[in-house]
Amino acid sequence: MIDQPKPLLGSSRDLVDRAFGWLAFGAAALVLLILGMIAMTMTSRASSVFSKMGLDFFTTKRWAPPENIFGGLSFIWGTLYTSLIAIVLAVPISLAVALFITQVAPRRLKMPLVYVLDLLAVVPSVVFGLWGVLAFASPIQGVYTKIHHLVRGIPVLQSIFGDTPQGRCFMTAGIILAIMITPIITSLAREVIETTPQNEKEAAYALGATRWEMIRGSIIPHSKGGIVGTVMLGLGRAMGETIAAALVIGASIGQLSLDVFSPGNSMPAVIANEWGEADDLHKSGLIAMAVVLFMITILVNVIASTIVRRSMARSRGKRT
Amino acid sequence: MDTAVIDLRGRASWRTVKNTIMTVVMVSGFVVIAIPLVAILWSVIARGAHSAFSQFPAFFTKEIPHISRLPGPGMGPAIVGTLLVTGGATALAVPLGILGAVYLHEYGHESRFAHLVRFMSVVMTGVPSIVMGLFVYVVWTMRFGYSAFGGSIAMACLMLPVVIGSTEQMLRLVPPNLREASYALGATKSRTIVTVVVPAALPGIVSGALLAVARAAGETAPLLFTIGAATQFNPHLFEGANNALSAQIFVNATSSFAGAQDRAWGAALTLVLLTFLITMIARVFTARFGLKR
Repeated sequence: MIDQPKPLLGSSRDLVDRAFGWLAFGAAALVLLILGMIAMTMTSRASSVFSKMGLDFFTTKRWAPPENIFGGLSFIWGTLYTSLIAIVLAVPISLAVALFITQVAPRRLKMPLVYVLDLLAVVPSVVFGLWGVLAFASPIQGVYTKIHHLVRGIPVLQSIFGDTPQGRCFMTAGIILAIMITPIITSLAREVIETTPQNEKEAAYALGATRWEMIRGSIIPHSKGGIVGTVMLGLGRAMGETIAAALVIGASIGQLSLDVFSPGNSMPAVIANEWGEADDLHKSGLIAMAVVLFMITILVNVIASTIVRRSMARSRGKRT
Repeated sequence: MDTAVIDLRGRASWRTVKNTIMTVVMVSGFVVIAIPLVAILWSVIARGAHSAFSQFPAFFTKEIPHISRLPGPGMGPAIVGTLLVTGGATALAVPLGILGAVYLHEYGHESRFAHLVRFMSVVMTGVPSIVMGLFVYVVWTMRFGYSAFGGSIAMACLMLPVVIGSTEQMLRLVPPNLREASYALGATKSRTIVTVVVPAALPGIVSGALLAVARAAGETAPLLFTIGAATQFNPHLFEGANNALSAQIFVNATSSFAGAQDRAWGAALTLVLLTFLITMIARVFTARFGLKR
């Protein structure tokens, strides 16, 4: 592309032109400004909590706002645990669906399926939460009880799928998050899979490979990096998801349990659930929690987008 | 670099069976995710339609009952609030997003700054919405109090990187010779951008922006800290506590009273219809006027 040659004489026309350039620059710089301001303003608002608690904020689980004690460990644990459940459930399904849409589904079915999945990705998370708390949590409790009876007596499983299952618990939150992020991971994974060059797929078929062998031999090696990045983007989404988790996670305080059927809490959920009744100090504690959440999700997203970008660049390089 | 290895030495019959098994796995993955999604949509439509349309149009025009355990219709103020907040956010984020993308594609090109902004705007799409809400609470609501506009700012922060990303993709599709033709006529760079480049990419830009709006309209977390919870109509963008469908669903979902829960389902249906409508309009834009890739 050729840039416009620099005008020889300064004029009002030139001035307008330059002002527009600066305006556009400002809009682009706004992204960096907002991210910087989030880190700065929120950290300073929560500084009293950070300076008082220090590392205890991350390593202790006693959360007692009236006594000015803020141990966030149980919420950090809840966030990681529910996101892990969500990822374990969502990733195999998303990959199966992405492969189904790109490789198996008849051409006529493909576009409508993509269309429907994209539509589901815009369903607001509060709607998933509403369904989870009013329509899903109580019937699923019976299923949880059955699972617990099935594994009773088996050492580790017995404590993971513990007794007295609750309808609102880590597991329910994980399931709802999985349902929410599946359309998102599917549509990103589909894009990655579709970058596989046609000739690599044809090469596999020419060797006499079945469709599955073609997927194993051509598509998976090609899209591995991109899919890992995609999964991490899904993880970031699951960790930051507030409303659905807040409604179905059970909102118990200080729960550091491996039991997936026990009620717990996550960082975004505790903020949403406690904000209404919080006094000034308590709010600082919740904002401190948001700062930690911000840092963790930024980290996950930086890693994820670096991986996606590298693998995309590599596959583009390979094609030319 | 991974090399593709395909082992084709197995027995032919086993290989075909394996292929069939994996096909079944892929199809069942599709079924497994379709079941809850259909169940959710069904609940929303069935329960929501009963609540929202059984006393049409009262649900859409009446105020929200003061005492939430009372049965009966009323989501009007929340609908107005959602439209206000989303409208305000669109007015903030879309022009700024387009300008930012114009900078990245028309000025920054491959410069280090442009790469940094591109990267950070992808990262920004991953910032949890609740963090944006608290951020706006700290910098805005703590000073100026609850208003629909506070919600608009939070929502705009969420939309901005999305609009930048989709707009830049569309600008890439504008053929360079259009710009050169405009320069040859003596137009300045800014004039070329405003009258040639952006109009050429406009349908795609509009479509991308609408998808961002659809996603933002259902956001709840940023509104919890910024707009308040009014039960009466408040048509002012900048003044006074307001309400939104999503926030009202969240509040009512935790209620144990049937009346409040009914209103939540009605509000959920309204919100889903609104987001689907915006998405559909975006699709029409892409299909009708889209640039050919």
